[in-house]
Amino acid sequence: MIKVVNLCKSFNGKTVLDNISVTFEPGKTNLIIGRSGSGKTVLLKSIVGLHEIDSGEVWYENTLFNKLDFAGKKKIRSEMGMLFQGSALFDSLTVEQNVRFPLDMFTDNSSEEKIERVNFCLNRVDIKNSNNLFPSELSGGMKKRVAIARAISLNPKYLFCDEPNSGLDPITAILIDALIKELTVEYSMTTIVNTHDMNSVMEIGEKIVFISEGVKCWEGNKNDILNSDCNTLNDFVFANSLAKKLRATK
Amino acid sequence: MIKFLTQFGRYFLLLKKVFSKPEKPSIYYKQTVRELIFLGVNSIGIIAIISFFMGAVITLQTAYNTENPIYPKYLIGLGCRDSMILEFSSTIAALILAGKVGSSIASEIGTMRVTEQIDALEIMGVNSASFLILPKMIATLLFNPFLTIIAIIVGIFGGWIAGTFSGVLTSENFIYGIQYEFIPYYIVYSLIKTVFFAFIITSVSSFQGYFVEGGSLEVGRASTKAVVYSSVLILLFNVILTQLLLS
Ligand SMILES: Nc1ncnc2c1ncn2[C@@H]1O[C@H](COP(=O)(O)OP(=O)(O)O)[C@@H](O)[C@H]1O
Ligand SMILES: [Mg+2]
Repeated sequence: MIKVVNLCKSFNGKTVLDNISVTFEPGKTNLIIGRSGSGKTVLLKSIVGLHEIDSGEVWYENTLFNKLDFAGKKKIRSEMGMLFQGSALFDSLTVEQNVRFPLDMFTDNSSEEKIERVNFCLNRVDIKNSNNLFPSELSGGMKKRVAIARAISLNPKYLFCDEPNSGLDPITAILIDALIKELTVEYSMTTIVNTHDMNSVMEIGEKIVFISEGVKCWEGNKNDILNSDCNTLNDFVFANSLAKKLRATK
Repeated sequence: MIKFLTQFGRYFLLLKKVFSKPEKPSIYYKQTVRELIFLGVNSIGIIAIISFFMGAVITLQTAYNTENPIYPKYLIGLGCRDSMILEFSSTIAALILAGKVGSSIASEIGTMRVTEQIDALEIMGVNSASFLILPKMIATLLFNPFLTIIAIIVGIFGGWIAGTFSGVLTSENFIYGIQYEFIPYYIVYSLIKTVFFAFIITSVSSFQGYFVEGGSLEVGRASTKAVVYSSVLILLFNVILTQLLLS
């Protein structure tokens, strides 16, 4: 479980997140949704500690994460996996070396054990026969998969995904979403996914938090989202003409 | 001024992070070997070529400026030797390396920053500053003195070739000149300067890359800044170190 209490964050005096409180539940894909620029990435990065927050609290189970020193954070980070918007694979390493990197860095396993784990993770995300390719030789969807494999290589308890399906075609996007959801259930992780894609919301949204201009406007699940009385949320949900038509007929 | 001071503070905080205890020495060792090849061995070529021609030119210029027979010919060899040892092999070579190594460090680290690779390291619990910068630092501090020695040797060799083949002096004169009143301390002086300059190039360029914000445009800017700032600092410290070491 991850709990955020009264989180505020600003850059050079400009408030980006305003007093956000929310709880993310284990074994579920928790979604943070909102328009581009609404503060999703900043919120996710504040939760994982890549941004220093101005005020508020971030709890991992019973640990107050944002007050820990580097060593304390490191301990919790060993249980985190993160998928970045641009995949963030290490350019100078091959697919295999990328997935192996956390194992090399944080375990004392033998080389065979590491290779076995790498192949297991790559298999799990459906990447085959590509161990020796470099990130520049992969398609967008493959990069995301490899990045997921790297994120799960140490069996994390928490998984964070920033726009996992941005830049992908609709079918690949749904496959990646489904993969994230499967893994979440399989390893009972607390997963937080940022997205602005309504397809994802309807496919994998179990707990949904909607933020607009840095403020939490709505929270619920995918069954409630079509019937909310929050106007900014409705503008977001029914943004395209197809959705508007469906709504009118309802 | 305040901006300058904050930059200065951030620079030292970064250095502090860089010099904290490595988490997995074996991986750092591997990275360092990689950087030794990438930043060190790959610079031998350019340093050798430029040293050769600088040695040659210095010899010819000294020769044509001292055509008066009251100057003994061996002074030409001596001039070539001292210019190579005192200035060229450390300062000029450092300026060239600031261009080659500095820009490559800044753009490599800067690209990792804007593509969130540094965030990816941090999220795993890796001290990204130390992991990325320390191996580069060790590699350049260890290897640049070799580059200096190479520059001295190749430069003097270039001078000998140019001097004897153009006929401005005999081989014996040149060799007598490069041995004449040789002060070994000059080499120490030059190596000390090189180590300082290597530190400046690597730390300033890493700093510029590490704190890039934005996209590829900013990475380009950071790598230009890395070259300009390290060059200016090299020239400044050249004066300071010369005053301290030779006075
Ligand atoms: N490092 C930063 N410095 C200054 N402003 C930032 C920074 N990162 C994000 N912002 C601002 O915060 C706001 C939210 O950005 P972001 O969280 O990236 O949005 P998104 O919801 O699309 O992920 C934007 O207005 C952006 O300009
Ligand atoms: Mg974003």
